[in-house]
Amino acid sequence: MRLILSLCLALLVAACAAPQLRGTGDLGLVIERASGHVTLVDTTTRQPYARIGGLGDLSHASAVYSRDGRYAFIFGRDGGLTKIDMLEAKIVKRVIQSGNAIGGSISQDGRIVVAQNYTPGGIKAFDAATLELLSEVPAEYAPGKFSKVVGLADTAGNKFAYALFEGGEIWVTDFSDPRRPTTQRFPAGSQPYDGLVTPDGRYFLAGLFGEDGVALLDLWQTEKGARKILERYGRGEEKLPVFKMPHLRGWTMAQGKVYLPAIGRHEVLVVDVATWKEVGRIPVRGQPVFVMARPDGRQIWVNFAVPDYGKVDVIDTLAGKVVTQLEPGRGILHMEFTPRGENIWLSARDDNKVLIYDTRTFNRVGEIAADNPSGIFFTTRAARIGF
Amino acid sequence: MLASRLFFALFWVSTASVAAEPDVARQKELVHLVRQDCGSCHGMTLQGGLGPALLPADLRDKPVEGLAATIYYGRPGTAMPPWKQFMSEAEANWIVQKLMSGFPQ
Repeated sequence: MRLILSLCLALLVAACAAPQLRGTGDLGLVIERASGHVTLVDTTTRQPYARIGGLGDLSHASAVYSRDGRYAFIFGRDGGLTKIDMLEAKIVKRVIQSGNAIGGSISQDGRIVVAQNYTPGGIKAFDAATLELLSEVPAEYAPGKFSKVVGLADTAGNKFAYALFEGGEIWVTDFSDPRRPTTQRFPAGSQPYDGLVTPDGRYFLAGLFGEDGVALLDLWQTEKGARKILERYGRGEEKLPVFKMPHLRGWTMAQGKVYLPAIGRHEVLVVDVATWKEVGRIPVRGQPVFVMARPDGRQIWVNFAVPDYGKVDVIDTLAGKVVTQLEPGRGILHMEFTPRGENIWLSARDDNKVLIYDTRTFNRVGEIAADNPSGIFFTTRAARIGF
Repeated sequence: MLASRLFFALFWVSTASVAAEPDVARQKELVHLVRQDCGSCHGMTLQGGLGPALLPADLRDKPVEGLAATIYYGRPGTAMPPWKQFMSEAEANWIVQKLMSGFPQ
């Protein structure tokens, strides 16, 4: 028995010494916001396989992936940009690129990583291989006035679309010559809080906080300018307080419709993409934060701002209503589907756990320990436009 | 006369704040709320985000009552919501005092 054990150990050591070949398609990472760590996870075994520290302030951190799914680029709140090797489970390079950052994106060809910053407001482009600074675009919307940048998303042709919170504009910056970017500006509306590019890369949407509505820009016909959809969806009713800004990304599209969080209303707004008209609204149990479609578009999972962030509502897009209400844990901050959507991973910040659910049976099929987990990012994002 | 009134006022403020001090368990909850939930806009380290920075240097010249009212009632026209469903006015005051002197971890 002991011999077998030591033989196994020897085999294990040998396996470590000679790196095993494997792909990265089923890997991902979990942000542990309070401690500056990320935990690397395997969605096939549903287990963590490494933990990396020293990433600074990771509150509101997000990640994008190189096109081969090997490297993660993590944007920290403190302006840190960290490149991680998912296979060797180590930091490859780390730079402090600004004073206060809010996320980033990677270009269509995978060569440029762009960070969006609050302070100083603007975006910066980096060489994805070396993290060398290539160029920057300050968000100076009026002489001497700089805006926080939100909603940065990659679009075709190494262009990036984003919105200016104070500036009330959508900007599209073309990095096809990465050291000499050019920018187009479009009036959008009052206080855009986040943005998204549709999964086909055609439309950029900026959610507005300062007014009821969403700004829409057709990136195939930018000469037509941005227009407003869902105008006055609150119809003059008093808004409920918004204790956390909702987040938008291309995951919000399903079956030809966009499912958007209402601001100050406990509703998900449904918009037909063919007409950009509201076709429904679905009552939910709180201020929606993430409204995320399962990859097949059959379900929409919704989490909420405090004090309702222990709840998750699941909308069935065929039925057009909430069909399942869950109370998975305390402080459900983020959700991520496995590549084909059979499971969803939920971060339960105040339980110090990531919870794994079967999306068909709604049974919990696993959990992993994590210190104040927030964002969960799987490598499948590498191949998606606008992620 | 003025001096004694001032003394009285100061005395009143300090006893009021002592009386309003939340118990230890509640303090822990409030610290968690500020770091985690206020932190979604102001940053977990309170260095700012969509909302402004809340470090002692940023708040130094601002009146305590005004800051406490901003927490309790919110600030219309901005993204700052009223937090009164989560705390009392005295607790909002306590949070402001802690923010101004360096917020606990």
